Amino acid sequence: MPPAVTLASAATAGGFLLVLAIILPAAGVLLALAFGRHAERIALLLMPAGFAIAIAILADVWHSQASLVAVMGGWAPPLGIALRADGLSAMMLVTTALVICAVGLFARGDFGMPAGGGEARAPLVFWTMLMGVWSALNAIWLGRDLFNLYVALELLTFSAVPLVCLDGRAETLAAALRYLLFALVGSVLYLLGVALFYGAYGTLDIGLLAGRVRAEPVVWVSAALMTAGLLAKTALFPLHLWLPPAHAGAPAAASAVLSALVVKGSFFLAVRLWFDVLPGLPGVPAAQALGTLGAAAIIFGSVLALRQERLKLLIAYSTIAQIGYLFLLFPLSTGAAAAGIWGSVAWTGGVYQLVSHAIAKAAMFMAAGLIGEALGHDRIAGLGGIGRALPMTIFAFGLGGMSLMGLPPSGGFVAKLMLLTASVTEGQWWWAVVILLGGLLAAAYVFRVLAPALAGADEPLRLCARVSRRREAVVLALAVGALLLGLLPLRPSELLQIGRPAAPTAIMR
Amino acid sequence: MSAETLYGLCAAALVGLGLFGSIVDPQPLRKILAFNLLGGGVFLLFGVIARRGAAAGMAADPVPQAMVITGIVVAFSATALAVTLLLRLFETTGQATLRTGAPARPDPDSDRAGS
Repeated sequence: MPPAVTLASAATAGGFLLVLAIILPAAGVLLALAFGRHAERIALLLMPAGFAIAIAILADVWHSQASLVAVMGGWAPPLGIALRADGLSAMMLVTTALVICAVGLFARGDFGMPAGGGEARAPLVFWTMLMGVWSALNAIWLGRDLFNLYVALELLTFSAVPLVCLDGRAETLAAALRYLLFALVGSVLYLLGVALFYGAYGTLDIGLLAGRVRAEPVVWVSAALMTAGLLAKTALFPLHLWLPPAHAGAPAAASAVLSALVVKGSFFLAVRLWFDVLPGLPGVPAAQALGTLGAAAIIFGSVLALRQERLKLLIAYSTIAQIGYLFLLFPLSTGAAAAGIWGSVAWTGGVYQLVSHAIAKAAMFMAAGLIGEALGHDRIAGLGGIGRALPMTIFAFGLGGMSLMGLPPSGGFVAKLMLLTASVTEGQWWWAVVILLGGLLAAAYVFRVLAPALAGADEPLRLCARVSRRREAVVLALAVGALLLGLLPLRPSELLQIGRPAAPTAIMR
Repeated sequence: MSAETLYGLCAAALVGLGLFGSIVDPQPLRKILAFNLLGGGVFLLFGVIARRGAAAGMAADPVPQAMVITGIVVAFSATALAVTLLLRLFETTGQATLRTGAPARPDPDSDRAGS
């Protein structure tokens, strides 16, 4: 066994932070259930603490230039379970905390408890499940045991599904049920792969497994099953049918979490599986197949987004397209020449896309929520003059859109530029064509919203609700964050290298 | 044929049936049942792995058995959630189907057809 593997399982001093990152929101869920009337207050009190923990983990990883490791109960991995924060986990922890806190600030008031003293169902479920999603996501970012990750994945699904049908309308109930059925089959396929891995190698710890796997049929079968299950949960192109009704039907604050974070949980596990459990093992054809699905998702998602009549559905279809970009990571960094620095360009670009899409999409969904609230509908044709009524919100929507299109200096620009660079230097020019085409289509669907919104109205616009400046400011702050992400490009790529083997494609055959 | 192989083949058959049902069958309730069949197959497979991985003098490797217990709890809660959603859907719309573009109120034709 290589020494790097045994090294990874020793606990570090800051390891308790990792436990706290998972326990704190989970405690929030329990407290909110026990004191239902104060669910909102509990959630809002925990948010700064959770954010501080995420920042502390990031700072610790950055300063020590090494992964943080916690070993549960002092039992080392073959028997026990480890949590580990490498640079990628730390980045995801902070992104999650940022989006969840913004959503919490945005939803304050929207999901307040009724004044009469009783507790209402929708707010209670919203705040409890928001904490549940946070806890499950943190468990996914930090988990090192494939079965533990399965449990986290299921927790994520069970927290996310109720968020879809908060209002209890028939369409949203149907959307939630369809989402749940897709997700359940996906996770059971993942579990089947986990069973096969355990049967073949007798361990589920990612570090130990990476040292033991060989290129043999059982690995192909279980990796294929797990990948297929995770793709269904991530809504990659042919398995995307559940996403638009679920994400567009949910209340804006819930859609923001679902689109920005929840689909990324299963994508992250696919990355862990391909790059950490099976470093270098999946061959070029498998990676090209994933990239092809991603490319198809970019084209289909964007074209369908262009054809939507309703704003929230447009944003939901654009999520499908943006998920497609994430999967270009696989062919671009497992290609033949990936051992050098260019492999890490694709890697950084993919992760950049993960983070910048999370922040931009959360801002856009919340902006759409405010627009819908002010107008009483979200038909794109009826957006005339809204730019004058809600200038901050439309500006935020536009800034988020810049990130989707990949205009400088947004985070999406850096992500797409890195993916482009990687596809040119890898000699896989066909991905570059798709990336550029996807950018054009994204520009088209964002302008389709902005053009009527910024044009004058035919008749004086009548708003059916006043939108508070505070909520507009939250959305704008998040959108500006997505923009500023592009101004700190080189640092994250150093961060992402922390806790990774020097050459990520060191192949053990 | 050893017992492990036999059980392994049973597990494979259950997984196949469950996967087929959960993909092909349009009825949500049947999809939920198929998911349970699929889950049953996976749990049986864990049992087979536990038996095959038994150390000397032990009946089975306890780790997969512990995973099966967790897995059963998760599958049980998943089924409960899915059935609750389906019941709510039935209460709201009067039908328990997931057809795309299904009308929000009960469709008299489909009621007569008994679907």
